[in-house]
Amino acid sequence: MAIAKKAVVWGLFAAGGTLTAFVLPALIALFIVIATGNIPEGLQFAQIHAFASSWLGKACLFIVLFLSVWHAAHRLRVVAHDFGIRKDTLVANAVYTIAAIGTVLTAFYLLMIN
Amino acid sequence: MSRNPYVRPISTTTWYMRNGRYKVYVLRELSSFLVMFYSFLTICALSAVADSPERWNAFLASQQNTAMIVFHAVALLYFLFFQTFPWFKLAPKAMPVQLGEKKLPDSYIIIGHYVVWAVVCIFIFWLAGVI
Repeated sequence: MAIAKKAVVWGLFAAGGTLTAFVLPALIALFIVIATGNIPEGLQFAQIHAFASSWLGKACLFIVLFLSVWHAAHRLRVVAHDFGIRKDTLVANAVYTIAAIGTVLTAFYLLMIN
Repeated sequence: MSRNPYVRPISTTTWYMRNGRYKVYVLRELSSFLVMFYSFLTICALSAVADSPERWNAFLASQQNTAMIVFHAVALLYFLFFQTFPWFKLAPKAMPVQLGEKKLPDSYIIIGHYVVWAVVCIFIFWLAGVI
């Protein structure tokens, strides 16, 4: 049972690590663009709403956010151990709960966008 | 087992300070905070899109200041050097590609990752209307 669970967590970690390595730099760059106040055409409400209401857009956003939060959760669990926090069950419950909340919120907001 | 086994006195909180490789490892792992932060920032953005054009514009306005530019710029550099580049570097070890008897050279796999990455970045910037 323990082995089966580990495979799932490890799979999410690996897939999320690859995806974030590819996607997150561009996402951070977009936040820099937003922060400068020069909002490009694609980030105006009409366009971003159209993207997030298409099934392809929803699928992309969900996969990226779902894998990112579970990837980060798994690594934060290890980071806690590395910094001397040896209550692994408590830490695991905390970080995986955050990931689950992130997943549910993402699904909820995506379903709200029509 | 002896009655008093010798336990090397290693700090559980500062052990990585002894060795440069350990320091790099810890710096690399800390990038997971950035992944979590940007995931939830994007979820906030989604909630604004789900609500109304006014909420979306308010979200955009809330992100516009010099402190955020500096924060994002530092985060971007940190993420590139402690996640993206190391991840691509280890890709041939994590996913070696074997063709018959031979293995695909590591450099091919690494260069392949950078090419795909460039395409992904261009696609996202095109989608956002930056380019």
